[in-house]
Amino acid sequence: MVRVLVNVPKQIAANAPFDVKVLISHPMESGQRRDQLGQAIPRDIINHFICTLDGETVLDADFFPAIAANPFLSFSVVAEKSGTLALTFTDDHGVTQTELVAITVT
Amino acid sequence: MILPRRRLVLLAACCAVSPAVATPADVAALIQVLVGDAPLKDGLIHLDLPVMVENGNSVAMTVSVADPPSPVEAIHVFAEGNPLPLVAVFRFGPRSGAPRVTTRMRLATSQTVIAIAKLRDGTCWRDSIDLLVTLAACIDQA
Repeated sequence: MVRVLVNVPKQIAANAPFDVKVLISHPMESGQRRDQLGQAIPRDIINHFICTLDGETVLDADFFPAIAANPFLSFSVVAEKSGTLALTFTDDHGVTQTELVAITVT
Repeated sequence: MILPRRRLVLLAACCAVSPAVATPADVAALIQVLVGDAPLKDGLIHLDLPVMVENGNSVAMTVSVADPPSPVEAIHVFAEGNPLPLVAVFRFGPRSGAPRVTTRMRLATSQTVIAIAKLRDGTCWRDSIDLLVTLAACIDQA
C-alpha cells in the first residue's frame, strides 16, 4: 500500500470539466542506478494508471522510468451526475491499488 | 556534505554504469511505428516544458491539444536523450474533460522532448522542445 493524495473540487457543475490532481508516494526506481556497492538497484515503478468514473474511462496512462519519483498527475474530467472516481495503478511487481473518491455534482 | 573528490568518483561511477542513451534515430523509429502511414504534421498539440531545467530529476510537463477537430485518442511523449526514449502514453476516455495532462518527468541530459497526439480521424500532430539541463537525473545517488 502506498500513500495517495487526490484533490477534486468541492463544487462541480454538471457537464463542466474539472481538474483532478493525484500525487502517489512511490520511489519510481528507474533501474538505471547503482547502490554504494555498485549493485544495480532493480527497477520498481508504477507502470500503469487508469482513472474511471462509474466504470467509464477518463484517462488510461502507461508510465516509463522517465516519470519522476512520487508521480504527480493532473487531468480533466467531465461528469453528468454525482459518482465515484476510481484511480487504479499497477507497479512492476503486479501489485494493484485502487483509490475511490466520491464526487458531488451540484 | 560530500567531499568534492568523492562526488567526482560518484559522478564517474554513475556515468560509467549508465547504459547507452536513446538517439534521435531510435525515437524517429518509434514514432514511425506509432504513426505508420498517417500524415504527421506540426502544430495543434502543445508541449509545455521549461527551456532551462535546473534539476532533471523532476521537471513539470504539460501536454495539451487545443480544439481538436476530432477526439484525441492518445498522446505519446518521447525524450531523445534519456536511457529509455519512452516517457509516457496517455489515452483519453469518454469521461475526459479535455485532452490535457500535467505530470513530472526526469531528464538525463540536455535534449529534445517530443509529444505526438493521435486523433480518432487518423491524423497525427507533433510538438517538440529543445531544452538545457543543468543537473542531470543520473547524478542523484542512493
